[in-house]
Amino acid sequence: MNLIVFALLALLAITAVAIAQLRELWAVIMFTGIYSFLSASWMIILDAPDVAFTEAAVGAGISTVLMLSTMALTGKAEDIPRKSSVVPLFVVIVTGATLVYGTLDMPHFGSPDAPVQVYPDPSFVERSEADMHGLPNVVTALLASYRGYDTLGETTVVLTAGIAVLLILRKNEDEQDDTAPLARNKSS
Amino acid sequence: MTLESVAGLYNYWVVIFLMMTGFYIVLARKNLIKSVIGLNIFQTSVFLLYITMGKVEGGTAPIVPPAIAAAQAHAAHGSDAGHAATPHVEGAHEVAHAALQHGGELASTTTEIIYSNPLPSVLMLTAIVVGIATTALALALVVRIREDYGTVDEERILELDRGE
Repeated sequence: MNLIVFALLALLAITAVAIAQLRELWAVIMFTGIYSFLSASWMIILDAPDVAFTEAAVGAGISTVLMLSTMALTGKAEDIPRKSSVVPLFVVIVTGATLVYGTLDMPHFGSPDAPVQVYPDPSFVERSEADMHGLPNVVTALLASYRGYDTLGETTVVLTAGIAVLLILRKNEDEQDDTAPLARNKSS
Repeated sequence: MTLESVAGLYNYWVVIFLMMTGFYIVLARKNLIKSVIGLNIFQTSVFLLYITMGKVEGGTAPIVPPAIAAAQAHAAHGSDAGHAATPHVEGAHEVAHAALQHGGELASTTTEIIYSNPLPSVLMLTAIVVGIATTALALALVVRIREDYGTVDEERILELDRGE
């Protein structure tokens, strides 16, 4: 079990570095899909199958398709090499060191007395047993009932983003429709 | 720094490494699509951070086995204020019965199942869906920028802005 986890984590790190180093967008997008898939696999090991399904479908699926279609629309514009990447590297190392320092007094991985596990005292698993009349999946119960307003807000965000994407991409078509008759008038 | 604390904390460090890789891509790479990809990597590492915190040692996914869930539903339906105790015992009996039918191994586990915390999973499900919405919006903006400027390179766009 530990070996699998270590292999997964090593692959995740290698994939992330490869994404940072590669210049060709096509390869980068494919590696992003692999990265999402690897993180979904790790989520399965961390007992979160629902998140893993969503990550595999959304992260490795929809997001890859979106990026590929963007690349098709914008052309394979490659990342041009720059000379100075010292400053970003310095910023990243300092930030990372600060974050690692912050983890030093965090509860250890898997400890049952971590604040995350202790806080809602009759835990959601126990509460949903009585409240949900035998709904087996506690994550579903939480998502749709206990935190239903969250899900409502999420739906609103998705709707807003969808409308915004349509408006951004449609504006161009309108302009073309506006300019096309003008050009025709001028030529005639 | 003992070996024990390294074993307890290395998960967070891997997550921080991934997070910083995403951050580096956002800072150092000037291609706009690459920047969006960097943001995505950063975001996924945040998901992993939350999910890591929700895991309990020796725990399992927060899905109640069907036999137990059915028994509990039966117990919850049958329990009135006055007769709360009796159906509960009945329910427990039913669990044991169902467990026996499924074999001895399950019988030993039904007594005490440790579930990992479902709350981080729920929060991250919401975050994933919101994340794909923002990614779609960012990519639509990239397409628009490309249509207006003819390039998706940040420095070229700034040069064009200064030149005009």
